[in-house]
Amino acid sequence: MSQDIYVVIEHLRGQVADISYVLCAAARQLAAASGGQVVGVLLGHNVQGLAQDVAVDRLLVMDDPQLADFIPDRYQQALAGLLSAQAPRVTLFGDTSIGAELAGGLSVQLGWPLVSYCRSVRADDGRLLYISQLCGGKVMAEGEIPAPHALLAMVPGGFQAEQGKRTSPPPVETVASAAVGGRITLKQYIEPESGDVDISKEAILVSVGRGIQNADNIEMVQELAAALGGVVSASRPVVDQGWLPTTRLVGKSGKRVKPRLYLALGISGAPEHAEAITDSQTIIAVNTDASAPIFDIARYGTTLDLFDLVPALTEKVRQAKQ
Amino acid sequence: MPERVDFWGIPHTWGPPELYAYGIMGLASLVLLFRLYQAVSLWWRLGRAEKRWDQLHIRIWRLIQYAIVQVRVLSQRYPGIMHVALAWAFFVFLWGTILATIHSHFIGFLYGHTYLVYKLALDVFTAIFIGGAILAAYRRYVLRPRRLTLAPRFTYSLVLIVVIVLGGLSVESTRLAVERPEWAWWMPAGWLVAQLWLATGASDATLLDWHFGLWFFHLLSVALLFVTLPQSTMLHVITGPLNVFFSKLDRPMGRLAPQPQTASGEPLFVTSLRDLTWKQLLDSEACTECGRCQDACPAFAAGTPLSPKELMLNIRTALRRDGPQLLQRGNGANGVPALVGEVVQDAVLWSCTTCGACVRECPVLIEHIDTMVDMRRQLVNEGRMDSMLQEALANLGRYGNSFGQSERVRGRWAQGFDPPIKDARKESVEYLWFVGDYASYSATLSDITRKTAEVFQKLGLDFGILYEGERNAGNDVRRVGEEGLYEMLVHRNTAVLSRCSFKAIVTTDPHSYNTLKNEYPPEVLDGRPVLHYTELLDQLLMTGALKFSHRLGYTVTYSDPCYLGRYNGVYDAPRRLILATGCQLVEMPRCGDRAACCGAGGGRIWMEEQAVQERPSEARIREAAALEGVQALVVTCPKDVTMYRDAVKTTGYEPRLAVKELMELVHAAL
Amino acid sequence: MHIVVPVKLVPDLVEELVIDASGCALDPDTLRLQLNEFDGHAIEQAILLKERGGGQVTVIAPDLEGVDDVLYTAAAKGADRLIKLCDHFGQAVNNHAMARAVAEVIKPLQPDLVLTGVQSHSDLDGSIGPLLAGYLAMPYVGYIAGVTLSDGRATVRKEYPGGLVAELEVTLPAVLGIQAADQPPRYVAFSRIRQAMKSATIEEQTVAALDTSGGPAVARMYKPEVAARATMLDGKPDEVADQLVALFRELGVL
Repeated sequence: MSQDIYVVIEHLRGQVADISYVLCAAARQLAAASGGQVVGVLLGHNVQGLAQDVAVDRLLVMDDPQLADFIPDRYQQALAGLLSAQAPRVTLFGDTSIGAELAGGLSVQLGWPLVSYCRSVRADDGRLLYISQLCGGKVMAEGEIPAPHALLAMVPGGFQAEQGKRTSPPPVETVASAAVGGRITLKQYIEPESGDVDISKEAILVSVGRGIQNADNIEMVQELAAALGGVVSASRPVVDQGWLPTTRLVGKSGKRVKPRLYLALGISGAPEHAEAITDSQTIIAVNTDASAPIFDIARYGTTLDLFDLVPALTEKVRQAKQ
Repeated sequence: MPERVDFWGIPHTWGPPELYAYGIMGLASLVLLFRLYQAVSLWWRLGRAEKRWDQLHIRIWRLIQYAIVQVRVLSQRYPGIMHVALAWAFFVFLWGTILATIHSHFIGFLYGHTYLVYKLALDVFTAIFIGGAILAAYRRYVLRPRRLTLAPRFTYSLVLIVVIVLGGLSVESTRLAVERPEWAWWMPAGWLVAQLWLATGASDATLLDWHFGLWFFHLLSVALLFVTLPQSTMLHVITGPLNVFFSKLDRPMGRLAPQPQTASGEPLFVTSLRDLTWKQLLDSEACTECGRCQDACPAFAAGTPLSPKELMLNIRTALRRDGPQLLQRGNGANGVPALVGEVVQDAVLWSCTTCGACVRECPVLIEHIDTMVDMRRQLVNEGRMDSMLQEALANLGRYGNSFGQSERVRGRWAQGFDPPIKDARKESVEYLWFVGDYASYSATLSDITRKTAEVFQKLGLDFGILYEGERNAGNDVRRVGEEGLYEMLVHRNTAVLSRCSFKAIVTTDPHSYNTLKNEYPPEVLDGRPVLHYTELLDQLLMTGALKFSHRLGYTVTYSDPCYLGRYNGVYDAPRRLILATGCQLVEMPRCGDRAACCGAGGGRIWMEEQAVQERPSEARIREAAALEGVQALVVTCPKDVTMYRDAVKTTGYEPRLAVKELMELVHAAL
Repeated sequence: MHIVVPVKLVPDLVEELVIDASGCALDPDTLRLQLNEFDGHAIEQAILLKERGGGQVTVIAPDLEGVDDVLYTAAAKGADRLIKLCDHFGQAVNNHAMARAVAEVIKPLQPDLVLTGVQSHSDLDGSIGPLLAGYLAMPYVGYIAGVTLSDGRATVRKEYPGGLVAELEVTLPAVLGIQAADQPPRYVAFSRIRQAMKSATIEEQTVAALDTSGGPAVARMYKPEVAARATMLDGKPDEVADQLVALFRELGVL
């Protein structure tokens, strides 16, 4: 049994998921209290060179052709072998389409308790505490992370990804793979369609309202959305003018949306619109009118002119992505 | 002495003219009766039973009003004059024939002046008919209004009746040309045409030959009318009056028939023509294709797939095409297109706002909305609806409101009043204010809702609300076709209301008003009135309990809400109130019972917006904005406020034209 | 094909949530429960599979307020068998306990497929699906939008953020966590539910004492402070853009 904090590094098609850095940031906090190390676990095939900036003390790499793609049962078997052997104090997963199902299966297989929707962790008098957000963030539950071993599935929001990065590559150890499986196989990947999008399913929406003034300005917003990896949606006046198709309409007469980020540009926030965006995780509003109702529901806002802000922001986002 | 002579100038070359005249007409009548029987038996036998022959005196009165005097037809000037010119002329010709028959077979009386007046009347109506026919031809071939069906079968009917009448005129005029009596001027049209015959210089013998030829042609053309009537557009002279006679008397316009049930008591859904009643099928046969409904329909004007006329015609087409097979083989009929979905498409049914404009316009009293709702019930039963409506209905089922908010916060707007607003469930009140969903939950309307309470308090009314005990009254739930949910809502509201002590129900929402007043079980009200607030304030105005201290001095126009005006006939109370606040009222072209719908009714406000050319609400805003000097559009319905405040923005009339709830004017003038 | 759908009732977030006197749980008196949204999709997916390929659908739900409505609604959609798990279902039940109990009920049913909602908003100890799969020793795939069955296998479409979809083949029997059914859950008219109440029966199954091990204890439950208005970002466009980029990172969208 160790006091180490393990972090399962999540990646998909050669890209380390952002949540992995959040996990590292949380792990650092836990390790400081438990007195152990932060250990990254990277499963995959031909993954050398991947995850060189995760803030871990050691990176365990399990390289196996069987693990080339995320196949739930193989990944679970591989991790079960490793974790039962190493017996870390806490193992962190992203509460995502990859981490959540691994954590659940391992909780049963290893008999270790699992804490989900964990937004933050902290130490109190030597005890390790979790803070989970339940009921869509309407209540927080706090308690001790079960001992001697526990699994944590984390959601973003409690830590900044930046805190989970390091500049120099971590020491890497290769470990043998115990991946078995066979009841699940990957047939193929299907790339997102390039036809018109379903805004109700998008994670990032850059939404424009009357403040956009004319059709020519839509392009500027489209560039920002493209840089962010999101799509453009709109409030009613914009669709009414035919500047965007009705498929992009957010509001009572359009679609209800629930993106992780809703960036409202020049939208006043009339109730017909506001009620359709309340499920958004974070609303950021840009409107020159400081009294616009959109600021009542937005988490962040600015009264800068969108025509000044958007080009600058697009540039910064592009830089950040490189 | 002038007198009517039977078969004047008809030679007996082919035997007695009575013989072949009556023979031909008798045969034609037999064909007519047989084919009518075929047509009638189709809808009569196929449709479900429905009792429509009680209260004969009212039915006969309606027949006089709508089929003979044709008040609905006359309500539009050009087509009205055109149609009654043709129709009344034929009524007169029919009477002429009847009187002539009486004269020749029973009591001879067409002598002297009686005869001359008789002939004068026929002649004058011949002229009137010709005027009508010219109007009809000009309208059909030159004006060509969009609402008309411009098909050859209408040309056939028009040409045939013109040929019949001109034939009659020709027969008379050739006779006059031969007789040249001194009283010829009693038959001015005939005598004028006779001058033409005389001008040809033909001899009396030639004229007599012509007379005989024309007479025979006239006889044949009338026979042709008889024979082809059941298959031609002239059938409406039978089905129109029948439809008027069998129009509904058992309920007011604002009450829908409950969902039909099968013999075993299960709800019956309309899936085939057999599930409609014979009267609903007759509706489709009665349609004259005049297109007045389509002209008045806000959904059609907006460019949605709905035309009330096409709805009826699609049913008629299906009835004539599939009816015989359905009659023969019952539900085992193969390859018959589904009534709901194929004959009438989902999008057509969902486009209806149930505003009632089509029903108001129809000259033959077709009941479009009842049939529409019956078919919507089938769509709801199969879950065929858009996701927004689905969510609204789920919310109504779960929380009792379409907003998907907790019923516990229904009365949140009422916080902070001093004295507090009474809870009608706990205290006895004089007026139980049924607030409604929109006024209770909509953030944009809470200001008006609070002003309503302030006005009530200032007037010293003893009133209370139901707080979280209230549910959506269900008017539009019912019209969407979710009868089960409607019954549940009625049940919940009824349970609360029956435990309250009140003298009257008052509401600001015409939709709640309609269903509470017309559709809730009568024992809930127990004779107590349901009042729209405009009716209540109008009463107080009359008794002097309501006095205004300011004169507002605005120039405004007023849009009658469908469910207040057309459905319940409340037109004057809001207008008196507007004037009493010191405003000047200018009417829009479409006002009163012809007021245009905002597009929100019948559950449309819960559905996804369709691709439209122009929203009904925007069309209405433009109508109001076109009035000179009008500063505000006054409405008396929470949904109107929502719809028009939105439309005034999207049309760009925002600063120039304000949308005001009448309650806001009352509040300001008090 | 026998498809079993265990569903969960969760707090309705439309209602104000109240923390009880102990300070570590929601007050059950003010709580209103509803079917977990994703479980609604799981039921729909099961019915769709039945409609396409035949079979039987069994829906299992814990005996909580509103459970009868949920079960009858499922029957109105086309579920064949309704099972209500009785006793011991207070709010303290966590997903581990629930999964153990449900697994015991499911085993004798010998299903070909178990469909469940991929998550619910009150899964403090992980979602039901992978736990259940663990106890049933079946494979699990979650975040699924789209299932087709053929020949003892399920072909599923697993969704990743950004719209990427992996098509996986799973040997049956298996547990699938449904994110979205092939089509949105259908509307069930009230009259249909009423008919189902007359024709369908709910079987009650008593479960043995629940074992809640595997989930964490809650020491404190509280509501997060909500900023009444947006936090305003000030500065020149470049500065605000920098702040926004930092925010985007924090939110995990960049």
